[in-house]
Amino acid sequence: MGLEEALPSGFLLTTVEKLAGYARKYSVWPATFGLACCAIELFSTGGARHDLARFGMERASNTPRQADLMIVAGRVSQKMAPVLRQIYDQMSEPKWVISMGVCASSGGMFNNYSIVQGVDHIVPVDIYLPGCPPRPEMLLDSILKLHDKIQNSKLGADRDKEITELEQARLRRLPLLPSLRGSVPGSSAAGSAAAAGDRAPEGTVTSQ
Amino acid sequence: MTETNQPKQPSQASQAGDPAAPDPAELAGRERLSEQVVRTGMFGVPGTPDTSGYGGLQVRQPPPVSSPRPYGSYFDDIADALGGSLEQAGLSFGDAVERVVADRGELTLHVRREHLPAVARRLRDDPALAFELCTGVCGVHYPLEAGRELRAVYHMASITHNRRLRLEVSAPDHDPHIPSLVDVYPANDWHERETWDFFGIIFDGHPALTRIEMPDDWKGHPQRKDYPLGGIPVEYRGATVPPPDERRGYE
Amino acid sequence: MTAPSSRAGGASAQDAAEAEGRVYNVGGADWDELVAAAGEPSDDQAGEERIVVNMGPQHPSTHGVLRLILTLDGETVTELRPVIGYLHTGIEKNLEFRTWTQGVTFVTRADYLMPIFNETAYCLAVERLLGISGSVPERANVIRVLMMELNRISSHLTGIGPLGLELGASTVFIYAIREREKTLDLFELVTGLRMNHAYIRPGGVSQDLPPGAIEKLRHYVAIMPRQLGEIRALLDASPVFLARTKNVAYLDLAGCMALGITGPMLRTAGLPWDLRKSQPYCGYESYEFDVPVRQTCDAYGRYLVRMDEMDQSLRIIEQCLDRLEGPRPGRDPVMIEDAKIGWPARLALGPDGLGPAPDHIAHIMAQSMEALIHHFKLVTEGFRVPAGQVYAAVESPRGELGCHVVSDGGTRPYRVHLRDPSFNNLQSLPAMAEGALVADVIPAVASVDPVMGGVDR
Repeated sequence: MGLEEALPSGFLLTTVEKLAGYARKYSVWPATFGLACCAIELFSTGGARHDLARFGMERASNTPRQADLMIVAGRVSQKMAPVLRQIYDQMSEPKWVISMGVCASSGGMFNNYSIVQGVDHIVPVDIYLPGCPPRPEMLLDSILKLHDKIQNSKLGADRDKEITELEQARLRRLPLLPSLRGSVPGSSAAGSAAAAGDRAPEGTVTSQ
Repeated sequence: MTETNQPKQPSQASQAGDPAAPDPAELAGRERLSEQVVRTGMFGVPGTPDTSGYGGLQVRQPPPVSSPRPYGSYFDDIADALGGSLEQAGLSFGDAVERVVADRGELTLHVRREHLPAVARRLRDDPALAFELCTGVCGVHYPLEAGRELRAVYHMASITHNRRLRLEVSAPDHDPHIPSLVDVYPANDWHERETWDFFGIIFDGHPALTRIEMPDDWKGHPQRKDYPLGGIPVEYRGATVPPPDERRGYE
Repeated sequence: MTAPSSRAGGASAQDAAEAEGRVYNVGGADWDELVAAAGEPSDDQAGEERIVVNMGPQHPSTHGVLRLILTLDGETVTELRPVIGYLHTGIEKNLEFRTWTQGVTFVTRADYLMPIFNETAYCLAVERLLGISGSVPERANVIRVLMMELNRISSHLTGIGPLGLELGASTVFIYAIREREKTLDLFELVTGLRMNHAYIRPGGVSQDLPPGAIEKLRHYVAIMPRQLGEIRALLDASPVFLARTKNVAYLDLAGCMALGITGPMLRTAGLPWDLRKSQPYCGYESYEFDVPVRQTCDAYGRYLVRMDEMDQSLRIIEQCLDRLEGPRPGRDPVMIEDAKIGWPARLALGPDGLGPAPDHIAHIMAQSMEALIHHFKLVTEGFRVPAGQVYAAVESPRGELGCHVVSDGGTRPYRVHLRDPSFNNLQSLPAMAEGALVADVIPAVASVDPVMGGVDR
């Protein structure tokens, strides 16, 4: 019934990477960067119905020094952008970023002078979560995808190799518009995330 | 469909009885034609080869409205009380207020900027007026009205008499100074800072007129009409959508 | 900074006057006197004991991205400077490039805890400019009142929850979020979205209540008093809560009037000023409800006023439901019948999801060319609003939410300004918190209940 019945001769074999990934994904402390409407949905996700505590994430770390995951929830204005970067820099490795909502992912409906058109201009993003605001269930889905990513991250020299491979793949990727092909590859916003100290490829959460 | 506020004709209306008096419709038309052209064409992006929107159409600015007496409901009481109170200070109602508009159930007094603090103090202190609450200042930019481009609009509420009032003060672009009302209504502190931030209206006498919403080193005043919206084209697979201020707009 | 000058023998008063800062003249063998003198608080504010603390924009208890720069003398706050603008979105400028109906979707995101109020203030202003304030259908007005009162409950819950959380009562937060979830379920049922609904449009509301909504709303009204009672049981008489909020963040009536404060803060100062009673809109004059008022002017009073307002909101919702159910007359629209203004979409749930109702499609495609033209013009161009300016105010959970709309006669707003209550209420923070302990700043901010989306727009 338990794990021990599945083990041959009572030995469990795994890799250090899997074990580290397992430990890391179940002990994520979010540094909630709750800005606007998405922050309220973040509160709801931490509430009793959609429970963040099942992942051990209900203890939001208000100090970035002890935080692992920065959920950028809401629209980031030009005034707030340096603060965002400073909080991100104050977090210690390993750290991940979920940009929650369309305003954080791409500027959303506010295509104007005061909103940063996507926080990936400022910090490297792991998971983009669309929605205005995304439902708590969508946020939980994005957290599960992040858990997958954390579980499958490599360590050490393999990690450096993984990052380099992903960066090369991104730089070789063609831009979306045919008219921009032939210009400098990686000139889109995705490339700027690669330039910002690439971490891992973006995973896009499909909504419902 | 475009209905403009026609200036009200004098009460001795030249009706059917007086053939020598000018037709009110003709008067209104002539007044309208003397206003300047605000935009040409119905739609299409200005400054581009998009000529699909009837480029020859010229839409003129509605003429400034001025309501004659009686204004209706409690507006006359306000005007009389303010006039009486100003006279005690040596100002006449006509000096301080250049235009009165009573429209859609609201009274707007267009106050000359140099008399604004005096008028505001009277509004607050006179018991017949008693406008204790100033809910704020906001700016409006009319780039096509030469000499009166920047407006500061103050909304007042009287709790004692359950009334509302609007004051509108204008200043030209080249001299955007309006006296501050912070000593009369301290609530206007942040509102004036915001109006300075977004429109460049300098409130003389404000204790600390600095940027409040934009970053402190921002250049320009974003909500002016000559400041661009600042969007970027949105990239989709196979297409780009221009930002909202460069799209075709149906005016 | 100080410049303790040591000099043998006594120094003359002249020298003291020329030096900068505090001057200590030490003659020898009086070290104890020097230490005692240095320890005294100075009356020329030398600043050597002041600490400047930045409660920065990212902070757990600043209700959004508010930055407070506190100058502390020990634990006492001597100066408090709020810095705002970290959430400035340019909503007002964006509105100048969209049609009047599209403006609702922008305005709704200004103060994101009370989207219905933002929409209502904007739509009331647009309707007054159009001159159709009296033509909005009766059912639409009742639904507007219903949605506004539901929003008032959900907004107050989101104010009281963090108030408890920041003072250490995290259970209150969980309870408040739980009740809010029930309210958001109802929003989702009626409008389709949990937040930022774009439901109230100029001319009425976008769609009618779905079948089964009234039963669910009745159930909600029946259970909510007990749920609110659970929160009250935790906080009303809790000695810790009382110690932290009673006589804290004091702002009396003169202060409120000077600073333009409206809403629960003004009603806690003793003035029963509520726009629903004094300048009613949407038919509020026909509902029976009380306006809770306290005389205590402190944070605890504001908490009590908010709890009482939620009870009154439940009363109003019940009256709305009485009007909404029952047999309906033949034509009972929820959007104005004027085809040149009323939004033409009739949504219905089909096999492939929510979309235009088949009978509406049949009408515009097969039956009426005029309806097709109206639909097309309204969706692409929008309606035209006669030139003029209007200021419409509603009583939102935080105070007087005003919308100043200027039209130049076109299909787009010329200027829209939202007079947000939190913008004014936040100005009162220095008046409330300076001179108090640093721990009092937290309940002060929480009792103002600011929402930075509305403050910064």
